[in-house]
Amino acid sequence: MLEVHLPGLDLKNPVMPASGCFAFGAEYGNLYDLNRLGAVTIKAATLQPRYGNPTPRVAETPSGMLNAIGLQNPGVDEIIRKELPRFEENKVPVIANIAGSEMEDYVLTAEKMSQQSVVNALELNISCPNVKHGGIMFGTVPEVAAELTAKVKAVSEKPVYVKLSPNVTDIVAMGKAVEEAGADGLSMINTLLGMRIDLRTRKPLLSNLTGGLSGPAIKPVAIRMIYEVSQNVSIPIIGMGGIQNADDVIEFFLAGACAVAIGTANFVDPFVCPKIIKELPEKLDAMGVSDINELVGRSWKK
Amino acid sequence: MMQENMRVLAHEEIADCIFELKLEGEMVWAITEPGQFVHIRVGGGSQSVAPLLRRPISISSADPSKKTMTLIYRSGGLGTGLLSETGIGEKVDVLGPLGHGFPVEATPLQGKALVIGGGVGIPPLYGLSQELNARGIQVTHVLGFRSAKDVFYQMAFEKAGRTIIMTEDGTDGRRGRVTDVLDSVDFDVAYACGPIPMLKALEHAITEKPLFVSLEQRMGCGIGACMACVTRATDANDAKGYRRVCCDGPVFKAGEVELC
Repeated sequence: MLEVHLPGLDLKNPVMPASGCFAFGAEYGNLYDLNRLGAVTIKAATLQPRYGNPTPRVAETPSGMLNAIGLQNPGVDEIIRKELPRFEENKVPVIANIAGSEMEDYVLTAEKMSQQSVVNALELNISCPNVKHGGIMFGTVPEVAAELTAKVKAVSEKPVYVKLSPNVTDIVAMGKAVEEAGADGLSMINTLLGMRIDLRTRKPLLSNLTGGLSGPAIKPVAIRMIYEVSQNVSIPIIGMGGIQNADDVIEFFLAGACAVAIGTANFVDPFVCPKIIKELPEKLDAMGVSDINELVGRSWKK
Repeated sequence: MMQENMRVLAHEEIADCIFELKLEGEMVWAITEPGQFVHIRVGGGSQSVAPLLRRPISISSADPSKKTMTLIYRSGGLGTGLLSETGIGEKVDVLGPLGHGFPVEATPLQGKALVIGGGVGIPPLYGLSQELNARGIQVTHVLGFRSAKDVFYQMAFEKAGRTIIMTEDGTDGRRGRVTDVLDSVDFDVAYACGPIPMLKALEHAITEKPLFVSLEQRMGCGIGACMACVTRATDANDAKGYRRVCCDGPVFKAGEVELC
């Protein structure tokens, strides 16, 4: 009923924690068996270790939150050595998120990560500034996103999902561009760029000034973008953006997602992923649906 | 660590915008150290959208025999403002106990401890003081407040040991800051919780003896996964280079992390 099959990912259910909200699984693994999850998307790996931004790194907003962690991670080699062994005894599929500040970084990181036996697929975070080109995000120019996708695809031993940035005027063009470049799937959406200003200091609250908006506040944007892109590409979409419960999961499927990722909701309720997985069959039963795959894109399919 | 809907047994304003909240539930049995905290989800009132994230609030004291814990918090923003409206008998969604608290065993039995607090950093020190007392340790408290209207728990602290109240404007106790009176106190180990400038001043003032400080930071998950509350390790050769306030702390040995 909940099983889904995507490139590189045979999932017993379509629910996974989103990258960056689950670290490398150790903390949540203390709370419940990670094998209950459809998959785990681990925190972004970069070629070199990164400390990230100074604090404050998070700020709450109405029905959402801003974050500017700054991709803190111990670097791809250390992740492979210290974090991936955790998944050797777990059967849960692992999606490794890859980030970088120039194309070569992505390529080297993706090559190393894709060679790891516990990694089932890569997720390419293209919402990073390209330091060699004035800091313009890779994910805001279709040609650049496509070039990056092709380069990573050329070295990756595992399927590559490209995580689209919503901070673009034409999300469909972006989806098509990375599909043509060889992407095996899409993840969408990443966070929306936002800001909060502190009334007391009269300055932006986050040390990084801007941050990525996530949480229920962005769910309608995610639904709209998945609805549009899924009608124009033939690769599967992992949907994310403000999912809090089983009803939200179903809405994402109806929009065109084939699986979903849960991000910010893990902070509100650390048990939210297993709760949603438990609720889904009851919800589908009530809808008279015997297989969740039947729902994909039902909002626009004739 | 567990999630529990805990029952409100008592809830009252004990100083200006300072609330004492007594909760009942099984989580109390899981508390291991004074200085741990809980992460509270606050429901939305009729006038507002419910705050999304949980609010970290330190545990002031706990009584396992009665299954109760007492939290003291300042009502300021949206979340704590809504929390302050919670009535007796209502349930509160609590995640905890979280973090590592104060090491009471750092003070030798029959030794002397100095407990220093500033404002809304004072609550966890009450439970600490009780634990120290239970081990036969003599405790001196130096508690700093802005003004007389902000003072709370003075009698409770006095029962646990000598208590020096400091106010910035001199409306209660002595006028000045907590660092002004440290020379007059004999102690083996010091414990502190309060604003960063106070903790910095204490790190400068107390260099010969062990000092443990409890930090506050904006948090996301509260369990160490989201990396929102990190602070740099002071040692440039530290293997990780950082500590997470929520789960490596909130209590650190002075000098272990940068105070910022």
